[in-house]
Amino acid sequence: MRKSWWKILGVLLLVYTFIAGLLIEVPRNPQLEETIRNLFFHVCMWFGMMILFIVSFVRAIMYLRTSKPIHDIASRQYAGVGILFGLLGYLTGAIWMSYTWIDSNKSILNSFDTVAREPKLIGAAIALLVYAAYLVLRDSIQDIDKRARISAVYNIFAFAMLFPSIWIIPRLLDSLHPGGSEGNPALDPGSASANMRLVFYPAIAGWTLIGVWIATLKIRMKIIHEQKLSQ
Amino acid sequence: MKKLISILTFIFLMFFANAQEVKMADVMKENGKIYVVIAVMLTILAGLVLYLIRLDRKISKLEKK
Repeated sequence: MRKSWWKILGVLLLVYTFIAGLLIEVPRNPQLEETIRNLFFHVCMWFGMMILFIVSFVRAIMYLRTSKPIHDIASRQYAGVGILFGLLGYLTGAIWMSYTWIDSNKSILNSFDTVAREPKLIGAAIALLVYAAYLVLRDSIQDIDKRARISAVYNIFAFAMLFPSIWIIPRLLDSLHPGGSEGNPALDPGSASANMRLVFYPAIAGWTLIGVWIATLKIRMKIIHEQKLSQ
Repeated sequence: MKKLISILTFIFLMFFANAQEVKMADVMKENGKIYVVIAVMLTILAGLVLYLIRLDRKISKLEKK
């Protein structure tokens, strides 16, 4: 185990999230009922994804400035874990949505018709597909230096695509999802009580630290792998 | 005028929504079954964390070689 204090912190924060997240008093919202507690899990996946993508973007720039392969490996692995978090956010969102958005007067297929038009879902799908293309592009180039350079440049482009697809367009359009044309989807003081924020912010930190931990493990594995290949 | 009407309906709906009891899992909290859910979730978390720790240790060993 290396530099383990922040790993312990991440685990403790998650233990706190799991206990307090289920026990604290939450606002009695007639549409959400107890599912409002998903804020500590579903929304944190997206926060984790954004933070991991930011780290990936920074490492891509560092690679372009220094040409050190370590930054290239780190950039790739942080993006990979970020995509994992994004997929988990999407899946958990799909489950949550099926119990809170579906119109009980319509058949499931008809309800799906309105749900599928949600700007937030489309935006997140675009963002994830752009990052999926990053992995495809990267693995299709054989030459190591070329691969590192092209994928670092593409990573910057993919990060830039996050702005319109997640942070701007879905927030201008009306949506069933909180934080459409009004406010912020996660940090809006109107939808989450002060009580909930006591769990929400630690939860973000905890999930992100676990994501970083997984990414560092993958980076170290990749370095060992590369050393074996070069021997 | 339109705005006023919509605001009034909104306030009325809010009042109506508050008048109705929002169904929460109050029984689950009362009889303590919520702790069973927490125990299950913590067990899964512990399993995943132990897996990560073992992986971390193994990688550290490989790095020393």
